[in-house]
Amino acid sequence: MSVGWKRRRRAALMAALVCVAPAACNRENRNMNAPVPETAPKGVQVSDLHPGPSAATPSDPRGREYEGNATHIANGQRYYKWFNCSGCHFNGGGGIGPALMDDKWRYGGRIEQIYATIAQGRPNGMPSFADKIPEQQIWEIAAYVRSLSGNADKLAAPSRADEMSSIPPISNIDKAPPKGDPDVSKAGGG
Amino acid sequence: MTRLRGRLAIAAALGLGGCRGAQTMLDPAGDQARDIDVVWRAMLIVCGGMYLLVLGFLAWALWRARRPAAVGAPAIGHTPAERTLERSLSAWVALIVAGLVTLVTISFLVDRSLAEVGPQPLRVKVTAHQWWWRVDYDGSPQSQIVSTANELHLPLNRPAVVELQAHDVIHSFWAPNLAGKVDLIPGRTNYVAITPRRLGGFRGQCAEFCGLEHAKMAFDVTVESPEAFEAWRRSQLAEAQSPTNAQQVHGQQLFQTKACVMCHRIQGTEAGGSTGPDLTHLMSRRHIAAGALRNSRGDLAAWIADPQGVKPGTTMPRVPLTSDELNDIVAYLETLR
Amino acid sequence: MTGVAEAGALTALDADGEQALARTWATPRGLWGFLTTVDAKEIGKRYVVTGLAFLALGGVLALVMRTQLARPESGLISPDRYNQIFSMHGTTMMFLFAVPIMEAMGLYLTPLMVGSRTMAFPRLNAFSYWIYLAGGVMLYVAYLLNIAPEAGWTAYVPLSGPEYSAGKRTDIWAQMVTFTEVAGLAAAVSMATTILKMRAPGMSLARLPLFMWSMLTTSFMVMLAMPAVMLATSFLISDRLIGTHFYNEAEGGSNLLYQHLFWFFGHPEVYIIFLPGLGMVSEITATFCRRSVFGYPVMVLSLLSTGFLGFGLWVHHMFATGLPHLGDSFYTAASMTIALPAGVQIFCWIATLWDGKPRFATPLLFVVGFVITFVAGGLSGVMLASVPLDLQVHDTYFVVAHFHYVLIGGAVFPLLGGIYYWFPKVTGRMPDEVAGKWSFWLIFLGFHLAFFPMHVLGLRGMPRRVYTYGADMGWADLNLLSTLGAYLLASGILVYLLNLVAAARRGWPAGPNPWNAGGLEWATSSPPPPHNFGATPVVEGREPLWLPGEFPVMHGLDVEHREVLLTTIADGKPDIREGSPGPSIWPLLSALAVSLLFIGSIFDEWFLVWASIPVMLCLIGWFWPKSSHSKLVKAPDDKIPGALA
Repeated sequence: MSVGWKRRRRAALMAALVCVAPAACNRENRNMNAPVPETAPKGVQVSDLHPGPSAATPSDPRGREYEGNATHIANGQRYYKWFNCSGCHFNGGGGIGPALMDDKWRYGGRIEQIYATIAQGRPNGMPSFADKIPEQQIWEIAAYVRSLSGNADKLAAPSRADEMSSIPPISNIDKAPPKGDPDVSKAGGG
Repeated sequence: MTRLRGRLAIAAALGLGGCRGAQTMLDPAGDQARDIDVVWRAMLIVCGGMYLLVLGFLAWALWRARRPAAVGAPAIGHTPAERTLERSLSAWVALIVAGLVTLVTISFLVDRSLAEVGPQPLRVKVTAHQWWWRVDYDGSPQSQIVSTANELHLPLNRPAVVELQAHDVIHSFWAPNLAGKVDLIPGRTNYVAITPRRLGGFRGQCAEFCGLEHAKMAFDVTVESPEAFEAWRRSQLAEAQSPTNAQQVHGQQLFQTKACVMCHRIQGTEAGGSTGPDLTHLMSRRHIAAGALRNSRGDLAAWIADPQGVKPGTTMPRVPLTSDELNDIVAYLETLR
Repeated sequence: MTGVAEAGALTALDADGEQALARTWATPRGLWGFLTTVDAKEIGKRYVVTGLAFLALGGVLALVMRTQLARPESGLISPDRYNQIFSMHGTTMMFLFAVPIMEAMGLYLTPLMVGSRTMAFPRLNAFSYWIYLAGGVMLYVAYLLNIAPEAGWTAYVPLSGPEYSAGKRTDIWAQMVTFTEVAGLAAAVSMATTILKMRAPGMSLARLPLFMWSMLTTSFMVMLAMPAVMLATSFLISDRLIGTHFYNEAEGGSNLLYQHLFWFFGHPEVYIIFLPGLGMVSEITATFCRRSVFGYPVMVLSLLSTGFLGFGLWVHHMFATGLPHLGDSFYTAASMTIALPAGVQIFCWIATLWDGKPRFATPLLFVVGFVITFVAGGLSGVMLASVPLDLQVHDTYFVVAHFHYVLIGGAVFPLLGGIYYWFPKVTGRMPDEVAGKWSFWLIFLGFHLAFFPMHVLGLRGMPRRVYTYGADMGWADLNLLSTLGAYLLASGILVYLLNLVAAARRGWPAGPNPWNAGGLEWATSSPPPPHNFGATPVVEGREPLWLPGEFPVMHGLDVEHREVLLTTIADGKPDIREGSPGPSIWPLLSALAVSLLFIGSIFDEWFLVWASIPVMLCLIGWFWPKSSHSKLVKAPDDKIPGALA
């Protein structure tokens, strides 16, 4: 009787956790050795201005995978520091470069668009890293940048780095869904 | 029980038969390791002696148990042998106290000697990263600082002080033939004194769990004559040699236009990344990838082609390269002597 | 399970009295009874079974590790999986097996050994079990979901901090620690109170069984040590969840703070595991040598001084961190000093063997195995106490060998002997002696084959927590030997467990006192009735059942209501009659509410606020006042025969 009850209790607990299981499975994966090298997202649009019917950036399923995986975001945090993104963007608040923690995105704030920004570079100072950073690492940095505006999975994002504190804990940042940059959109972009 | 002791003796002989080695405290090659060896031998004698006494008393008790068991009420309160046992207990306590005082004293004195550094020590700074060691030799002016990775060279008989810092998590610097281990803790600076007394190559390994590839974070220590050390240091200060043939030139171009330059530095070129090991004199090292691979052409190519296959989880990413590009890069790296 | 005392039990009342008492103290039948019981015996049994299940799980994890390490570069398990496995192994063994099972043995045996009907705070004991089970289940469900801890059972920062340990793995670990510490604290409070206040009349402190002395000391150690680790892990969760800076050096926090807090708990923890084993060794030795243990006052002082000294040693885990060496030397001296009470106790047990009339049944074999193994482990501990030597062997397989020698030798061997010894009392059946002896030899030989080579491996440079090693390091042979020993040890544990499972169903029936032992627990039937003792035993010596003459008992406790007798702390004079709570659902509900709070707060800090409300409601239900019978017994003018003045 006691064994049966333990088994039932365990099953009940597992059932309760099944709803979070898929998320947990992705969040905690340590994908260390992908069989095939990662590739860039396709068809990224950085502006809404184009002739013909609208063609929005197709949503890449890898985006959700990277945004929901704790290791990818942690790696992104590390590369953000190592490749000196903070040199212009500081810890997310911006300085020489625009802030990454807010909802203003000149060239789009979805993860695919951020990937394209990092890879291609942008006018007025954003370098192009396409050859310099492998694709998977750019995805990871983009996922980290998304977490800075609260757009990644809160449970996957780290709270802070082991550094002097300059931004609120990333896991507690209020979600700021990306919008266009009003200064730029007046000119017709964004 | 005799069976057990016999088995243990054989196993000990089998095991301790490997007293010599490049990464063992049983083969001391430096002052600090030799002093610690004194403590080890004292411990073996005192603790071994105490253990034999305990086993002897136990064996005697078990032997006595073979006499026919007297039937009757169990013995409570004082038995005839009580007085003898009490006096033996007092003697046992005295013996334990004497043994412990001896060991504490020896330990304390050796500990004091470990903290002493000789005059004008060689100063080396080791910074531990996940999962490699950055090694810098002091020099002044700054242009005389030697930067290398995963490898120490030490001149014979000259005291050295290694300054220990950590870049990310807690690691531990341990070359057992030379000295005890000291942790490298982020935010703190620790020191370990090493005075090598024997020529040769030794190996050290990280000894504090530091993540996925803690098992493959080793370093080489080469103890050489002061002249050889100076020669090595001078060669490390030189800039990288220029590539000579077309393949090497192409390899250098690839190195500087692909991801390599984001993390690695090669002095005398535009590559100035500081998050990964300095590669200026890569070919002068015995191992690569912090001891995980030998420094051979094949291993180097395998490492660059797929670091995650050799050390899953390591911080060096897999950079997609065609096999021609890989060959050219390896050809270029082989010029970095 | 009989509800009526067997004929021949020394403390049985007449048949009517026994039936009335059994009805009063019975646990309701069926699922409801299972969920609401507050019977210390029921709770103790399920605690032990759950603890043994975790032993098996932790052992399987160990076998997987040993299989990986049997050959160099074996590639069987990825480094990530290996890190999870060794972290789960250590966490399971230390938090889910070792401490809980010792407390469980205490829960079952304490009322029987001190002559009481039940433990103090019965509902708290039930709560302790449910919380422990919840924590253990959470950890293993997390393992299945790939959220198992990966930073070792010690989880040092910054590796386990927010930057270097991504995801929720470390949070699960840290909160599981909270579960088990709450369970441990609850059981310790209950145990200390029972031992101090609920003993049989005439059982002064000078007549307290040695196992009870060890449980008493352990309980106080638990109360003082557990809060430190709860602090350490709570600070860690706080850093990881809401970005505090307790362990952030850049903002004024300290990495070493974690180590100090953890090891201030961690060192007493091993003595918490080890002292109950020592108590069991005393009980087994006395019974099977048919002689009371030599040097009772010295044994008690050794237990107390070990408990006290155990709090002054923790820095010996941190000798390599660069603390000032003069301070380190103090901890060297203290760590060596604690060898003294242990050495004294070893002498006293061997002296008991030497002077007694030993009968080598399986429990006594485990005692002999304990002496051989634990003393070796204790001596390697003296070696580790020395700072210079520790700087060489710290974090190598030498340490792994040391702590397995002292934990398996010093705690598991006595535990296995103790479970075997008290098995007839718990189940009323005798285990098979042939199988018992087989299991002992397999375990003993397997253990030494598995762990002795690790001393040599550490001396030859093999660090710990490595998922593989190079073929050219020369460590392959000893690792293979060690793996073979591990499999042998596992087979011994299997034989041992199967022996007990088979005997529980088909063993020879055991009477009240099959071993002719002297302790109070053997005065009642096997298994004991729900009320433990019909009449209250009166104690006139250290081994009451070995005293000549008729066994004295006392009557007077109510049979229609649950009533226990409280006695004075030092002398055991009857003091108060007090009611004892009956079966209650509140411990289970409270455990569920607290589990919700703990598990939720891993993911969202607001659970700490909102989930407090169900906890508060459950506690209100639990403590809702009921009428009770507390009467002060008039202190008798004539002395209880044999009690101290």
